[in-house]
Amino acid sequence: MTTTEAPPKNPQPYRPSAAKQFLAFLRNTWRGLTSMRTALVLLFLLALAALPGALLPQRRLNAPKVDEYISAHGWWGSLLDKLEFYDVYSSVWFSAIYILLMISLIGCLTPRSFEYLKQMRAKPVLTPRNLARMPHHRIARTARTPETIRDDVRKQLSGWRRVEREEDGGGFSVSAERGYLRETGNLLFHFGMLGLIIFFALGKLYSYEGQVIVQANGGQFCNSGIYNYDSFEAGLRVDGTDLDPFCVKVNDFTARYTATNQADYYHSHIEYQSGQDLQTGTWKPYDLEVNEPLRTVGDRVYLLGNGYSPQFTVTFPNGEKRTQNTQWMFTNPATMLSEGATKFDQPGVTDEVQRRTKQLAITGLFAPSSFIHGGVLTSTAPQLNNPMVAVDVLRGDLGLDAGRGQSVFSVDQSRVQDGRLKRVARKNLAVGQELTLDDGTKVRFDGVNKWVNLQISHDPTQGYVLGFAIVMFAGLGASLLVKRRRVWVRVRPGKDEGASTVIEVAGLARTDQAGYGEEFQRISERLVTGRKGS
Amino acid sequence: MEINETLSQYSDLLYTTTVAIYVLALLFTLFEQAFGAKGRLAAERSRKRVLVGAGGPDTDDAAIENGDVPAEPEAPRAVGRAERIGRMGAALLVLGALLQLSAIVLRGLAVHRAPWGNMYEYGMAVTFITVVAWLVVIKKFPVRHLTGFLLLPVVILMFINGTMLYTVAAPVVPALQSYWLYIHVSAAIIGSGVFLVPGVASVLYLFRTAHDRNPAKFAGFGPKLPSADVLDRIAYRATIVAFPIFTFGVLCGAVWAEAAWGRFWGWDPKETVAFIAWVVYAAYLHSRATAGWRGTRAAVINIVGFSVTIFNLFFVNLVTAGLHSYAGVS
Ligand code: HEM
Repeated sequence: MTTTEAPPKNPQPYRPSAAKQFLAFLRNTWRGLTSMRTALVLLFLLALAALPGALLPQRRLNAPKVDEYISAHGWWGSLLDKLEFYDVYSSVWFSAIYILLMISLIGCLTPRSFEYLKQMRAKPVLTPRNLARMPHHRIARTARTPETIRDDVRKQLSGWRRVEREEDGGGFSVSAERGYLRETGNLLFHFGMLGLIIFFALGKLYSYEGQVIVQANGGQFCNSGIYNYDSFEAGLRVDGTDLDPFCVKVNDFTARYTATNQADYYHSHIEYQSGQDLQTGTWKPYDLEVNEPLRTVGDRVYLLGNGYSPQFTVTFPNGEKRTQNTQWMFTNPATMLSEGATKFDQPGVTDEVQRRTKQLAITGLFAPSSFIHGGVLTSTAPQLNNPMVAVDVLRGDLGLDAGRGQSVFSVDQSRVQDGRLKRVARKNLAVGQELTLDDGTKVRFDGVNKWVNLQISHDPTQGYVLGFAIVMFAGLGASLLVKRRRVWVRVRPGKDEGASTVIEVAGLARTDQAGYGEEFQRISERLVTGRKGS
Repeated sequence: MEINETLSQYSDLLYTTTVAIYVLALLFTLFEQAFGAKGRLAAERSRKRVLVGAGGPDTDDAAIENGDVPAEPEAPRAVGRAERIGRMGAALLVLGALLQLSAIVLRGLAVHRAPWGNMYEYGMAVTFITVVAWLVVIKKFPVRHLTGFLLLPVVILMFINGTMLYTVAAPVVPALQSYWLYIHVSAAIIGSGVFLVPGVASVLYLFRTAHDRNPAKFAGFGPKLPSADVLDRIAYRATIVAFPIFTFGVLCGAVWAEAAWGRFWGWDPKETVAFIAWVVYAAYLHSRATAGWRGTRAAVINIVGFSVTIFNLFFVNLVTAGLHSYAGVS
């Protein structure tokens, strides 16, 4: 607010109206927010704010680990939770920084775009009177005449934007500039980044991701509703009512391991139907592999994990048989030693109370390559070499209809502790072996199936994000590789008859000076000597 | 396919030899840095003459050259003892780089895949790129005597890499069996490897400018460093080479992650730290276009970027567990 005007004649102090003050405040805020310095500070804040996400466990990636961390760190752990440190990338403060950065970016890009358009039409600046002041300068005499030099300069600077101006005393000057692509690239880069951020944020609203375990012996999954998933996460604008309809059927699963039991290859033959095929009931085959997701109707299906499902048949005292094939979860990915719980309701029991004393759960360990040491079952390899289970059979009230969802992989431990579930047998079983309970019920280990863990992902904006990322990258290349630079040439005829012409060349790098010295060296050499290249 | 144990053993042997050669090169060039001031200053002076040769801003108008006759080439200078030792150091550096390249190639032949599938291999390739980038720098700038300062972090990292992070040759898990391993990881390697050069230059820049401001500070060390301007230029040029490559690497990583893990960006620790490094280097480039932030502040930002890069290379996998944990270390 510097002003050189005379002081106002009115002695009354000038008090801007509230509205004006408010406008001034807005304008200053806007200016501050869109200055390069603010952008710099915001960039720093963004980097800093992203850091805890790499160092602390994040709920999105690993929820159990977050709980573990909180309970291990007392009040400090809970405080971090309140401050959203376990959900950094959806936290209020992280969003605030990137929204501010976006505003700053828009505010900075708008005026620069206009500036850019103006510049594109402008002519190179006048040749300064004193070229010796420029960072690069060279002056020489030559026997060539001004007119040959003029032709030569035009040829040498043919790729440059240039203006020639006649000067007093019979000489002339050329003002040339090149490297406008840098500015183009820079704008493309920043606009690309803006688009990328916007579509990334939109993607978070409209995308969903779910996981489901499917038996790899013809098991099916249909994307008809959230309830078909084992876990499902979605953006705010997804309510699960109109998911893209498609079905997949998993026919088999193959894993190959190296001699050291490291997984080398996963493959699953699947069939799928989507669109028209759903009406006609046609199944199309697909080879599902890691890195090769199935892409159909805007959704992607990934092969994420696998495991074993031991199959048990229970023969109840009344002769009825029930067979179940439930997925168990590996506890050690290297050997696929797995744990789980296969749960049975005794058939034909109608009385509620009776029923709740007779439910069965087969829990324990499954080993694909079994090895028994001191009576304890372990697994030596992930392949199915010699499968075996070590089961605890529990009987009593499983609490399946107690209204609380329970894990498919375990029983409710509190029921074991308070005696509502009692262990009635413990035994190691190879395939085909069975055990008999005190009431005559027989439990037989029939064999093993495999399951696969599928992930279904939907993100309608990712194509746009990729497009803007490519724009951004191309712009970055241009803005870093192209140098904006100027060259001036001034030619004066010799003063006396026969005296040689004076040629003066000067240069200025509009952006970073780095590297222009060498180029100027080359250009000026050619201009001064009139020789092509060197 | 079977792992070729013999080739992998030769690779390990070459790796160890490389470290030893680098240590020698470090000592030789440190000798030149300590005792070779005279020859070096002369080199810098003649260099300056060539750079601004045809008249800087202060050139007298009277000194009009004759444009029709090209300038005489420089007369050869006498070479001092320290400089000879420095040259030997540079030759050792080239030898070391060749050995390291052979170690990488043999490892790749031993495992029949790109030799950067775990952290040990990755660290081996990154330090190789750093050395190659430095060889380019000393070809373009008269800073050979600074080689020791670059080799110091390189040797330390290679030592940690060869001991704590060493992994026996093995095939990679299914998620890594993709051509993206070649594209994404090699871009990340080149980007990160080159990024280590401006970091070292920026540290030296801080020493030099502190000395320039107050000649009593680093009175012995400061004057032996090249001018702040040269160090700044090395840092900037190396950064603008590395930045687009690194950007490309991150973008390819996102494309690969979409195919392998089901999402193109998931704030996995490695992704997050790469993002942080990217933002820091973007801030560095900005700082050079912002009044009041050039010079020292820009150098400090570059050093922050250097620290994030090292953290990303060698420690993220050790302190956090994420999808990128193919490190092969436990
Ligand atoms: C999301 C945050 C931003 C990022 C990651 C970013 C990134 C970059 C990068 C990498 C460059 C280097 C290109 C070059 O050197 O030519 C650059 C240049 C530039 N950016 Fe940004 N930018 C961001 C936001 C902004 C904002 C908000 C402004 C304005 C206030 C801005 C203004 C500029 C300017 C003027 C240049 C040119 C500097 C030069 O030519 O060296 N940027 N930006």
